[in-house]
Amino acid sequence: MKQNLYNKVFDRHVVSRLSSGQYQVLIGLHLVHEVTSPQAFALLRERRLKVRFPNRSFATVDHIIPTDSKERHRPLQDSLAEEMLQAIEKNTKDFGVSYFGPESGKQGIVHVIGPELGLTQPGMTIACGDSHTSTHGAFGSLAFGIGTSQVADILATQTMSLGRLKVRKIQVDGKLSPGVYAKDVILAIIRKLGVNGGVGYAYEYCGEVISNFSMEERMTLCNMSIEGGARIGYVNPDETTFEYLKGRPYSPQGADWDKAVEYWRSIASDADATFDDVVTLDGSSLAPHVTWGITPGQSVAVDENIPTVASFSESEKPLIREALEYMDLQDGQKIEGLPVNVVFIGSCTNGRISDFQEAARVVKGHKVAPGVKALVVPGSEAVDKAAKALGLHEVFREAGFEWREPGCSMCLAMNPDKLKGREICASTSNRNFKGRQGSPAGRTLLMSPIMAAAAAVTGKVSDARKVFGLK
Amino acid sequence: MTADSLIITSVSGRGIPLRGNDIDTDRIIPARYLRCVTFDGLGEHAFEDDRRGLKAKNQIHSFENPDFQGASILFVDKNFGCGSSREHAPQALMRWGIKAILGVSFAEIFFGNCVSLGIPCVTVDEATAQKLFQAVESNPSANWTLDLNTLQISGTINETVIMPAGPQSQFQSGQWNPMNELLSHLPEVDEVAAHLPYVSGRW
Repeated sequence: MKQNLYNKVFDRHVVSRLSSGQYQVLIGLHLVHEVTSPQAFALLRERRLKVRFPNRSFATVDHIIPTDSKERHRPLQDSLAEEMLQAIEKNTKDFGVSYFGPESGKQGIVHVIGPELGLTQPGMTIACGDSHTSTHGAFGSLAFGIGTSQVADILATQTMSLGRLKVRKIQVDGKLSPGVYAKDVILAIIRKLGVNGGVGYAYEYCGEVISNFSMEERMTLCNMSIEGGARIGYVNPDETTFEYLKGRPYSPQGADWDKAVEYWRSIASDADATFDDVVTLDGSSLAPHVTWGITPGQSVAVDENIPTVASFSESEKPLIREALEYMDLQDGQKIEGLPVNVVFIGSCTNGRISDFQEAARVVKGHKVAPGVKALVVPGSEAVDKAAKALGLHEVFREAGFEWREPGCSMCLAMNPDKLKGREICASTSNRNFKGRQGSPAGRTLLMSPIMAAAAAVTGKVSDARKVFGLK
Repeated sequence: MTADSLIITSVSGRGIPLRGNDIDTDRIIPARYLRCVTFDGLGEHAFEDDRRGLKAKNQIHSFENPDFQGASILFVDKNFGCGSSREHAPQALMRWGIKAILGVSFAEIFFGNCVSLGIPCVTVDEATAQKLFQAVESNPSANWTLDLNTLQISGTINETVIMPAGPQSQFQSGQWNPMNELLSHLPEVDEVAAHLPYVSGRW
């Protein structure tokens, strides 16, 4: 007893103690995409190694795939992207790894398809050459991003070298007000604890707000743990988790289901579990958040002003000045009313069906403001199909949004969806780094899908609660 | 290569200062250069957008500055390498010529990726970092040595640095890239896998 989920799951996966003192840890599920894997497969070929557990790795293509249907035919217009696509097709075929390509019905952002296929389950160790792998912690797994050398380690041995993290419990109490979502909760957490506050920690999210979250909201929350410096963020599995997983293609079936649920319950943190640190937040007092700067920690509530340089410590001031200069904002100015050029709803943070349902619900009857380019990009082919079955694509199109094909799209600049010049984008993605959305001078404001929808219809940063009368 | 030939106990060379907190992986290597199937050629694009951005303002980025060309020890501020897990970031720095990094703090995945590539990352407190920045900036031609046994950085000034015992021993033993050691435990891997119901399929 007294153990938290992190340590229970970690212990069950330890294979050996390495000479460095690090642990050799078995990785139960390895997700693979086209950007961080080709060099790893090349290393295996060079060393004449096989993939040790080919049935524990699953691959898809997401970062480089165009989202405009006219640009998805082969060969892709971008020869570099085509080369990467061919590489993952060949690598997965040669090494016997499952690959979910375009038109398979299962293609999508790796952090959207893992959960929807039931690959992601409680109690697993999950790694992927992508920092937003923390998303899968929503199911009570230890899920984290790795570099390409470690992708090669896992392909060759199904294990990697890891140190043990400390665990910080983050308890969010109360009830969220209408118009406030998981995105606002995680932006508020990062604002409070800082973009490096989580270094050395796994975050365990709990409390009334988290218990009441759907699995998709938990995924949004865990997704951005890494933006707070925490490589891992997780939520203990509960009935919401089991309900979500039941009947999914890779979920345990039949008699195994009940045994699996029993196992999953056993790996949850004990009621009297101990933690290295505990932080509490009052969810009831949260308002929708918007970033104003160049790190995900630089956010304010939509009805607040951008902080003044003077309010920061001497060592923090240079970055605040740099952010204000890059964003072309004045310290102390209101964020509400800032004009936007582009709106992007999608990504591994907010590209799931409930994100589009919520946004479509408020967009209905409104029009995208003149001069604003607004994109809606489903996170996977399954999300696209589900949204179309509900007619959501028509709601968005009617309002003046473009409905695209699944992929990472404008979250990062590796496919044709990019900002131009100094455009400002209201984005539901996870990073507002300089140049992140493809233009070296482009500007990103992170927010929830509802807030992005409000920005789309008003052409500026707006309080979605007022625009859509959410009470 | 044997582990002995991979032992890293010290790194020597000129220093290059790069001030600023929270310098992220997208700035180290802009994402458009990730459209590749090898890491070749990434070095020349390190900090490309930051370099251009400063040039447009008639300022000069350290990686552009002739004084610091050929340097091998990078001095940085707080939370360096935050953001993506892309190994392309340390690969770009390594291919530019960086062999070791000293900073106030590092993002965790970046730090681990550096270990896997044989690039030691060590930390100092903020006041020491400021002293080191000034020392490197005021004398770009000075030689610096980072000693991983004594955990000292020495050049025009000498300071103590910090590195966790695990990574320190990985460099000292030549086991910073763990693949060979991981491969030596495959029977134990099978044993652990057999006891994990979701891997074995036996619930």
